[in-house]
Amino acid sequence: MSLDFIIAAIITVVGLTTPILLAGLGELVVEKAGVLNLGVEGMMLIGAISGFGVTVMTFNPWLGVLGAAAGGALSALLFGVLVLSLNSNQVATGLALSIFGTGLSSLIGLSFVGRIAAPFGSIFPASLAKHPILQVFFGYSPLVYFALIMVPLVAWFLKSTRAGLILRAVGENDHSAHSIGYNVIGVRYAAIAFGGAMAGIGGAYFSMVITPMWAEKMTAGRGWIALALVVFAGWRTGRLLAGAYFFGILMALELYAKASGFSFLPSQFWAAMPYLMTVVALTFISSRGNVGASAPACLGKPFLP
Amino acid sequence: MTPSPSPADQPRLELVGITKRFPGVLANDQVSFTVRPGEIHALLGENGAGKSTLVKMIYGIQQPDAGEIRWNGARMVIPSPKAARKLGIGMVFQHFSLFEAMTVLENIALGMDASIPARDLEQKILSVMDQYGLKLEPHRIVSTLSVGERQRIEIVRALLLNPNLLIMDEPTSVLTPQEVEQLFVVLRKLASEGCSILYISHKLHEIKALCDTATILRGGKLVATCNPAAETSRSMAEMMIGGSLKDIQRGAGREMGAAKLVVHDLCVPKDGPFGTALKGINFSVRAGEIFGIAGVAGNGQNALLLALSGEVTAQSDAVQVDGAKIGATSAKARRLGGMASVPEERNGHAAVPEFTLSENAVLTARDRLGMVSNGMINFGSAKTYAGEVIRAFSVKATGPGAFAESLSGGNLQKFIMGREIMQKPQVLVVSQPTWGVDAGAAGAIHQALVDLAATGSAIVVISQDLDELLSLCDTLAVINEGHLSPPMPVAGANIEEIGLLMGGVHGDPTADVHVSKEVADAY
Amino acid sequence: MRIKLERRPSPSRTMLVVTPIASVIVTMLIGMVVFDLMGIDGTRAVKDIFLTPLLLSYKWQDVALKAAPLIIIALGLSVGNRAQVWNIGAEGQYIVGALAAAGIGIAAGTAGGFFVILAMVLAGILFGALYALIPAVLKTRWDVNEILSSLMLTYVSYQILGFLVGGPWKDPNGRNFPATAPLAENQSLPLLFSGSTVHLGVLIALILPFVFWVMMSRSVFGYQVRVVGSAPQAARHGGFDAKQTVWIAMLIGGGMAGLAGALEFTGALKAINLGFPSGYGFTAIIVAFLGRLHPIGCLIAGIVLAVTYVGGQVAQTSVHIPNSTAGIFQAMMLFFILASDILIRYRLRIVTAAKPVVAGE
Repeated sequence: MSLDFIIAAIITVVGLTTPILLAGLGELVVEKAGVLNLGVEGMMLIGAISGFGVTVMTFNPWLGVLGAAAGGALSALLFGVLVLSLNSNQVATGLALSIFGTGLSSLIGLSFVGRIAAPFGSIFPASLAKHPILQVFFGYSPLVYFALIMVPLVAWFLKSTRAGLILRAVGENDHSAHSIGYNVIGVRYAAIAFGGAMAGIGGAYFSMVITPMWAEKMTAGRGWIALALVVFAGWRTGRLLAGAYFFGILMALELYAKASGFSFLPSQFWAAMPYLMTVVALTFISSRGNVGASAPACLGKPFLP
Repeated sequence: MTPSPSPADQPRLELVGITKRFPGVLANDQVSFTVRPGEIHALLGENGAGKSTLVKMIYGIQQPDAGEIRWNGARMVIPSPKAARKLGIGMVFQHFSLFEAMTVLENIALGMDASIPARDLEQKILSVMDQYGLKLEPHRIVSTLSVGERQRIEIVRALLLNPNLLIMDEPTSVLTPQEVEQLFVVLRKLASEGCSILYISHKLHEIKALCDTATILRGGKLVATCNPAAETSRSMAEMMIGGSLKDIQRGAGREMGAAKLVVHDLCVPKDGPFGTALKGINFSVRAGEIFGIAGVAGNGQNALLLALSGEVTAQSDAVQVDGAKIGATSAKARRLGGMASVPEERNGHAAVPEFTLSENAVLTARDRLGMVSNGMINFGSAKTYAGEVIRAFSVKATGPGAFAESLSGGNLQKFIMGREIMQKPQVLVVSQPTWGVDAGAAGAIHQALVDLAATGSAIVVISQDLDELLSLCDTLAVINEGHLSPPMPVAGANIEEIGLLMGGVHGDPTADVHVSKEVADAY
Repeated sequence: MRIKLERRPSPSRTMLVVTPIASVIVTMLIGMVVFDLMGIDGTRAVKDIFLTPLLLSYKWQDVALKAAPLIIIALGLSVGNRAQVWNIGAEGQYIVGALAAAGIGIAAGTAGGFFVILAMVLAGILFGALYALIPAVLKTRWDVNEILSSLMLTYVSYQILGFLVGGPWKDPNGRNFPATAPLAENQSLPLLFSGSTVHLGVLIALILPFVFWVMMSRSVFGYQVRVVGSAPQAARHGGFDAKQTVWIAMLIGGGMAGLAGALEFTGALKAINLGFPSGYGFTAIIVAFLGRLHPIGCLIAGIVLAVTYVGGQVAQTSVHIPNSTAGIFQAMMLFFILASDILIRYRLRIVTAAKPVVAGE
């Protein structure tokens, strides 16, 4: 195994990991506030098309990222209005958001088929970003660094800030938080919007970095993997990072297996691998019996003051 | 504790004509009273009398529809708990507003309106705890604490705000007599420093022991303001209930039969991180006997009910009815065998809120009363049975088609009790039979239990209300941390001993275990 | 002025029925406005999507063919949803069911007739149910979230389908196109009317809702499902086994999805290719909710959703809107139905009283 191969492999894994890491971080915050938003896949697709669309129209990928965040957040707020203000069932509403996001992104995407988005420039000088070895540190899209910075930032926010403490309190016991005088619904709206923005940026990674083109349903179920990731991580930021890389490696295996033509197993086996492994990983984590205890106590429960 | 200087005759809190309406209920009707600085003022009333609504308005959780609140003489609108805290009003809730998975420190920080660095906060907490003799470890996770310790968190949280008025909502309902005693010491010290205390309770002896003034509410209206020391428990109870008290009618010369229910070395592992394991429970109940199980909440009462009802199974000989070993059989089989049960939670456990009363009759009566044939339910016979229960137990409902959730707590409880009693069970296990039920309904439920026992059934009553057990039961045992004490006859039971048993290892070992004469006498 | 929620003493049966109808109407109105804003003739588009398939009798058989799988899958899903079991992998179970039927057909070779067709349909039910059993076992044994596991298995089923039709089951005479060989006449589901495309599956889809209605409203099992869903503790108290309920609910959901897949394959499509997954399994979730999880509601909602599918195709040619529009309409209906859920238990009251001056702060 040559050094070049290892470097290429690392770069592939990092690329595959970033979108689920972004979406997973967002969902982690949402779930910590006691809300289960199953619409991650839909929000990612809406983020993917809005990021792509803005980039194509403005020729500025940075504005595109803002567009993706806004698109994801807006669609998340739609979910928020239903589950928070109208007290609808969170599971069903999340599913609806996924279906809606898939449809809406396809419709908007029609006018963008065949277009190519302006790529991100590297944030590091070419001598580093294109260096045969150092590119393993400096050769990524800015979104990769953004995702990696967000991990400690989210961890710090949840653990050490007062706002994070309140957010966890709202997810732990909404009625207590309300009776002390916190605005449960407001905190949850904010968390949902953040989760949507992160999912949107995660989705934009597909349409702006992985392939700078739009295709229907291009997130291919990664939103659901991001949801599984949060459970897998036991609602902890550090474990989320580790879990995201675990799935990233699995998905990279699929690519390499296909490319190298392992003929003893059909390509479909490798394509099914990440999804199968998600089920296996969930089973493994759940069978250790501590999932229920580490989940935020109010997760998925409706709240009416 | 530095109360803002005010003329001695200036009331700290004054309520004038407070009225609050909910759909279908007038929760508070023209309530007016005053609380002086340093006064311990009781708010006395039955469940549903409007006490909680009233203090929620003082604490800014709800807004009055009419009337005004005056604070140190000035008219105030208190839009939120935050505003209330700013004025110097603190509150300790009956159902604690705590966060189980968080530490004591985090819980207290959440109760503060300003962000204080964790280290400074810890210092402040330690000094407040020292000042009032409240013991707590700041870094413990709340779910590992006893109920008394949890209440201390709430109290410390309130004290850190230097309150001028502290509202205590039913603070002793979950405490052992010894813990009550410790609480009273703290409250008296606070009052002596000038802090007013609004003390909500329906326990007369406590009010006599602690309070300077009592305001009595009934059906949302103020019925009297009195000096509890000058009243008898009975006279206050009559003002609270509005009529003379009715005693339970017992048939004369009741004879107990042979042992009907035998519980033998019943062990159940704990269910989930916050559950309690049952550790070798032994007792037996004779035909015609009412057996009471006292104890502070969370000591295994729930696990015991589930193990007796069959919702959780154990070894086969752990539960025996008339000699038949049914410890390992299902809830369905036990019902067919003549054993019925009523869990403490009405909504969602004993009954399905969004089902009609007919449908709720099917829940536990379907097999015993033949409502099922070939896998299909005969809803006609369910409706007939529900109608019979409604009539026999005077349940206020529009009929068998009424949804369970549309009934008041007391009426639903009467329906549930009726649903089980009218199946004529050999053994009936009930938990908290009169929790949140008005006195009229409680009396009816007690009478029904006594009548069922008179027909030769064995009855187990699990309750946190010691008064209820003492008046209802023939025999009493105390459950603590999953252990059951040896049974003792109620006649001649020693209240101090029961209190110590209830405290068990829960009680603070360094605390004074003596129950003051006034508390003991009040029982 | 603000809007206040007021809890009703008991759930409103009127709202239970009115809100789904209102959701469809509101979706139509919003559709008109949005299309007009997009520069498309909104009235025409909405008319074509929601009404034309009903007005043109020659579209009825298309509607019936689309409605049949939606209704059958939704019936199964609504049982699960009532028990708070969230099987969202019906699409995968639908695919596996169809594949099982195809497998029996291939194994039977040239043999055909009643018993072969029956075996194909039963295999569809069996394998759909077995595929749903995986998330059920994982949930009851290890508490694995069934939403995630059933969905992941749908992605796996795409690959199983791709492998089979591109490999072992590929039509040898199919010019290397990844698809099974078309079914012979003697292995196809009989037609209800000769000369039409309406097959026996449509009749099954019309009868099953009534069977489910009786089962859910009268049987002990239906009662058990409803108790487990509304109040799991009460179910335990009443002597019902929650795990068993999860199992049966998932088996029914998977079995119905598998049945729908087998019927679609043997009755309508006759061959399986990579385009076989049509999203019925996901749309059926909308059908179940729009039908308020009631069997007869599912029947009506299935027809409504089928109309939007057929109407979407009509509008595609008449006003040139993309096919995915129908999906957006379907999701909008689901949003509105979920948003209006609150009206069943709450009354909206507009409060106009002026707020007093706040002196507390």
